[in-house]
Amino acid sequence: MAAITLKNIVKKYGDGFPAVNDVSIDIADGEFVILVGPSGCGKSTILRMIVGLEDITSGELMIGGQRANDKAPRDRNLAMVFQNYALYPHLTVFENIAFPLRLAKGKHQEEDVQRLVTEAAAMLELTDHLQRKPANLSGGQRQRVAMGRAIVRQADAFLFDEPLSNLDAKLRGQMRSEISQMQRRLATTSVYVTHDQTEAMTLGDRVAVLKKGELQQIASPRELYEQPVNLFVAGFIGSPSMNFLPASLEGNILSTAIGDIEISPEKADKARDRPVILVGVRPEFFEDASLVEEHKLHHGSTFTAELTHTEWLGNEQYGYINFDPAPEVREMLNSLARDMDADELRPQVVVTLDAASKIRGGRPAELWLDTRRLHLFDPKTGENLTLDAEEGARLTAEANAERAEEIESARQVAAG
Amino acid sequence: MTSGKQKIIWSGIAVLVLIYALFPVASILSTSFKAPSDLTSGKFLPSSGASTLENYQQILVGDAQGLFLSALRNSIGIALIATVIAVVLATLCAYAIARLDFPGKKIVLTTALAVSIFPVISIVTPLFNLWRNIGLYDTWLGLIIPYLSLTLPISIWTLAAFFRQIPWELEQAAQVDGATTWQAFRKAIVPLAAPGVFTTAIIAFFIAWNDFVYGISLTSTESARTVPAALAFFTGASQFEAPTGAISAAAIIVTIPVVLLVLLFQRQIVSGLTQGAVKG
Repeated sequence: MAAITLKNIVKKYGDGFPAVNDVSIDIADGEFVILVGPSGCGKSTILRMIVGLEDITSGELMIGGQRANDKAPRDRNLAMVFQNYALYPHLTVFENIAFPLRLAKGKHQEEDVQRLVTEAAAMLELTDHLQRKPANLSGGQRQRVAMGRAIVRQADAFLFDEPLSNLDAKLRGQMRSEISQMQRRLATTSVYVTHDQTEAMTLGDRVAVLKKGELQQIASPRELYEQPVNLFVAGFIGSPSMNFLPASLEGNILSTAIGDIEISPEKADKARDRPVILVGVRPEFFEDASLVEEHKLHHGSTFTAELTHTEWLGNEQYGYINFDPAPEVREMLNSLARDMDADELRPQVVVTLDAASKIRGGRPAELWLDTRRLHLFDPKTGENLTLDAEEGARLTAEANAERAEEIESARQVAAG
Repeated sequence: MTSGKQKIIWSGIAVLVLIYALFPVASILSTSFKAPSDLTSGKFLPSSGASTLENYQQILVGDAQGLFLSALRNSIGIALIATVIAVVLATLCAYAIARLDFPGKKIVLTTALAVSIFPVISIVTPLFNLWRNIGLYDTWLGLIIPYLSLTLPISIWTLAAFFRQIPWELEQAAQVDGATTWQAFRKAIVPLAAPGVFTTAIIAFFIAWNDFVYGISLTSTESARTVPAALAFFTGASQFEAPTGAISAAAIIVTIPVVLLVLLFQRQIVSGLTQGAVKG
């Protein structure tokens, strides 16, 4: 068990391009931190610097309070699960799991090795496969062997490099919950790299969002979702992603391409004196106005728009509204899309409607928008103008308290 | 799964191929036991009672002994040395090609390919003159060098293809698991690379072992003549007698090490050709 601290970490390659630029993250003992971002954002590089497979150009890496910049990987006592498992094909499952124990010469008696491997295998339901070779295992089983190799020794931290990306969707969900439970049971500090935001949101105590080697925001999943610091984080987290509508503000009225929206004076005050602002609205902030309960109506604003089409999914339905942005706004939306790995951000608003809604495409419809939750962004800097830092801190503190509680109860279960 | 009918068809095909491939070998084997008078009998097997070890005696302890045994020694020595040099050089070269990015990587591979498709017969005459001038004619080295030109390209290609498949991430995984750089290489990479190197060595050995054109053209005496070339110098007991029996016996003897090698190492060869599939 150890805390990991990254202080102003920079990684530059031969051409001087900073793959990771001035990243500082404090990872508490027992915490599960996710590094997430589009490809090329430096998340894997950070992980590989922590484990010692990449040199750190500048900055300081502390593991368990000790400077680890120049330590060899084997001296850091970290365990890593690789994307394509990196199992030793010439060894049986048993020997694969026992590999780290056998390397630590003299530390473990043969009986210890037997016992530790058998325990790890039992925990991962691999007992029946111990004598098989990795080539004969399914993807999920290989994944478990890779995890077995990580948990068999008392590593100070687990590092995961996109461990689930080679699995099919169903297995991924299952392994995700297994990893989550295992981490809670062992309460081992974990750093997990992924580009899948579902994994990021469900697994992490805190999620660090990276873009082009720079840390954008590190916070609990709820804080990221509800109080994103900038356009990038807001657009990257959430699926379907947040809608960005160009708007101009007059008084307390935002006039947008899909209609006028009235917002609270406090929100409006934070965004005054800008010719254009971007309104960030998550799809679920919308609702069919006829289905909104009376007492909620006044929290939002009602407007009329025409949906192009709707998609009914059973539990909810998605509606789509097209709009035609000004060229400079369109350019900005496209560059935002490029940052997030998408080809093009279509000038389209996605709205989530109740499954019972009778709204259909092609006809004007009354929509209600919960204006309490929308965010206003500066289109130039991308900064979130309506960020409520206090609320965000509260959400993250809440998540931390929950984590402590879960670890405590897992310990009690293990003890009792 | 293959049904019963399919199995029968496949077995039938296998038997046909085996007969096609092994009939000449069987024919030579039976000829090697025939007495000179029996050679033209037109029968496959030696006539009853006439089966003889005379041919083997002739080449191992008899008249042809000097010719054959020295040739055997030359063949083994030259083929082994050529194989060892080729495999060592090819391993280094293929490792660089598979793992490093350097300018001219493509050129190395294309050159190797170009060399290997060059017809041997077109080089042998200039080589003959050159070797005579610089004193390499009729020496071991004089054969080892041209053999390298045959064995190196194919070794480089097979090993490069093989090394590319090795998941080098394993080296890093082993380091994270607590291995030193050397331990990581020895425990994670060598066991994976060994079958490939081994397979390549066997292929290279066969190429050198089987060569005839260089063997006959670049040698003149027992000091470097290899077995395939020596066979052409066998003579019968009189000028009216063909040395067919002795040649057959010698052919059988030089086939034995090849067959033994394949039988002994077939598991390594097969796993060398199939291992490397790690990802799922």
